[in-house]
Amino acid sequence: MPPKKKLIPKKVPAREQDPGKRRLNFEEVSLGYEPEEAMREAGRCLGCRNRPCVSGCPVGVPIPDFVAAIAKGDFEGAYGAIRSANMLPAVCGRVCPQESQCEGACTLGKKHEALAIGRLERFCADWRMRQPLKPLCLPPGPVASGTGGNGKGAGRRGKVAVVGSGPSGITCAYELARLGHKVTVFEALHEPGGVLFYGIPEFRLPKKIVAAEIETLIEMGVEIKRNAVVGKLFGLGELTEKFDAAFVATGAGLPRFMGIPGEDFNGVFSANEFLTRTNLMRAYRFPEYDTPIKTGRRVVVIGGGNVAMDSARTAIRLGAESVTLVYRRGEEELPARAEEVRHAKEEGLLFELCTLPVEITGEDGWASGLKCIRMELCEPDLTATDGRSSAAGKPSAGKPGRKIPKPIEGSGFTIGADTVIVAIGTSANPLLTRSAQGLRLHRGYIEADETGTTSLKGVFAGGDIVTGSATVISAMGAGRKAAHTIHEYIVSQKNVSQKS
Amino acid sequence: MAEIVEKKLIRHPDVFYYRLYAPLIAAKAKPGQFVIIRIHEKGERIPLSLADIDPARGTISLIVMCVGKTTSELATLNAGDHIKDVCGPLGNPTHIENFGKVVLAGGGFGVAPLYPIGRAFRAAGNRVATVMGARNKNLLIYESEMQSISHRVIVSTDDGSAGLKGVITDALGAWLEEDGADLVMAVGPAPMMEAVCRKTASFGVKTIVSLNAVMIDGTGMCGGCRVGVGGKIRFVCMDGPDFDGSLVDWDALKRRQAMYRSEEKESFEAWKKRHGLEVGD
Repeated sequence: MPPKKKLIPKKVPAREQDPGKRRLNFEEVSLGYEPEEAMREAGRCLGCRNRPCVSGCPVGVPIPDFVAAIAKGDFEGAYGAIRSANMLPAVCGRVCPQESQCEGACTLGKKHEALAIGRLERFCADWRMRQPLKPLCLPPGPVASGTGGNGKGAGRRGKVAVVGSGPSGITCAYELARLGHKVTVFEALHEPGGVLFYGIPEFRLPKKIVAAEIETLIEMGVEIKRNAVVGKLFGLGELTEKFDAAFVATGAGLPRFMGIPGEDFNGVFSANEFLTRTNLMRAYRFPEYDTPIKTGRRVVVIGGGNVAMDSARTAIRLGAESVTLVYRRGEEELPARAEEVRHAKEEGLLFELCTLPVEITGEDGWASGLKCIRMELCEPDLTATDGRSSAAGKPSAGKPGRKIPKPIEGSGFTIGADTVIVAIGTSANPLLTRSAQGLRLHRGYIEADETGTTSLKGVFAGGDIVTGSATVISAMGAGRKAAHTIHEYIVSQKNVSQKS
Repeated sequence: MAEIVEKKLIRHPDVFYYRLYAPLIAAKAKPGQFVIIRIHEKGERIPLSLADIDPARGTISLIVMCVGKTTSELATLNAGDHIKDVCGPLGNPTHIENFGKVVLAGGGFGVAPLYPIGRAFRAAGNRVATVMGARNKNLLIYESEMQSISHRVIVSTDDGSAGLKGVITDALGAWLEEDGADLVMAVGPAPMMEAVCRKTASFGVKTIVSLNAVMIDGTGMCGGCRVGVGGKIRFVCMDGPDFDGSLVDWDALKRRQAMYRSEEKESFEAWKKRHGLEVGD
């Protein structure tokens, strides 16, 4: 144990935009720490020898090291420590579900509030972005330990195609570029960033941060091809012919609908459409931007995850009079990050919990209400294992051990709504996989092992297209792992070809 | 970025032909597919059917009528100018095989995408007849192109200013009486395709339609283009744009197409005002 330290039970609060003000704008909600606040918070760390927080992190950020550096005021050192494991600290500090990862494992959190690791990570990243220096790019070559990069690989670098520029693709591209490979990223949309751009709203993750991270990649020599839909413009087979390897990280994809009557009424959106219009197309600035969005007076969002929260809070900002979230389980079961739920409540989001939608009613072709029934929660299926014991960063959907909702007879009621946003998840997008002969799938998702290896030689995969909807950080973890697998694959292939 | 290598006014004053240099798309695109374009940083993404594909020259062609802000803004660009984003080819190609007798039914400027489709049907050994209709003579486009790929072209106009007088379904019905068909392929405004399907149903002829829907990404992600087909939700971008017309929920499609009508009008009028054009013509 380190020398005895006085415990500070509560986190240093992060300054936030006032709820009354922020519900009318798209600017960032959390304003982050000042250096003095960060140092004070970092001082709360117990410096545990067994480093439980690191095992809670899907990419293994050396958390106690960077926190200790902050406590000393060595912000550059802290940033370097984070960047050694995480290419997107400014993103992860903002969007990771820390309470179920690093902070969930924090020793302080057993009796008190956990160390604010997310806020500290964000502080470092934001501090670094304000410095006149270029973002830290580790030089190519000698590779991190255990990856086969013993220097002999020099001259055996390869060309790698990365499909998709979301968290998994970006991370993979970054690691491969660091290892000296020539990387080309294929992005279907006109802006790179994937879900970081089209999905997560500006008020939670400013787009200039995403743009800065992409800029770093480009400076490292990564080429990004926009409007390049793999599966249409190029087949996967063409990529594996032209490149030494391909990493597929196309994300989860198709929005699911409930299959209840009335989903084709005007005013009914998938969360993907609602968020894409707002974030990617900037419909909240219509008519300055050409893409419009319809937000009625009364909005209902169906679902309980981060996407549902993002949609609801976006609707509030677009001027809806009332926004109601309908979720079939209770508050404890909401899969969204705790902070998002708190922020949403402060902004006036109404909750109809333990509620199941059964029909969207309409008038003149437009949605007019949502018919619902109440649910009661029954005991969880005890044959399932405890979700906590599995690796951090696993998809929250289908978490085993959650209570099972059952309808209560005769409990029907209707919520008036002219806009209904369906945020109940996505299913695998077949656009690429349809054109990839021999690629083994499971329910449409690509079968890949822990290392990112698929059934096709030279094809690797990671992120939501493998796991189904999960978190930014788990997708990044998969991208990083796959990058090292790809590196070893290329080096071994080149060895073989040089011998023959 | 794609350069406009050729632009022509094909119907005064507001229908233009654009040929874009997009060699990768031209190499892959098949008849029946579409592209999504975005003109500038603040622009919207709009889907446009391919009116021709020329892999040898590396170009694709679009026929666009100025119906709103984006299409009118596109018309301010000329040969040598660039379109910021051109994404494609999207959607599935039209299923081409030798059916025997194929009738192409084109309403208004829906005839344009039928040109490469019809050429492919003919190359596959079909006997191709085209029935093309418009409100009046001035609104007919691509007649000579359709002549070049069809064994027979029948023109009809609502006012009789060219070809037969009457709606397209009358001319189509007459042709089906006379010659029959193994397949009808219809492209045009939703009400026209719906009417065609009703007509062909009475002849028991399978009819494929190419749907146009509100769309953002075109890769299945947003679900904006969903349409009821045979009682199931289908995405035009992923599962279409071609569907068996007898299964399409036309009312829902037409309703969803009109979802943003007031915003489209607002955006167009603001643009016209900024450019000193007459408002509300």
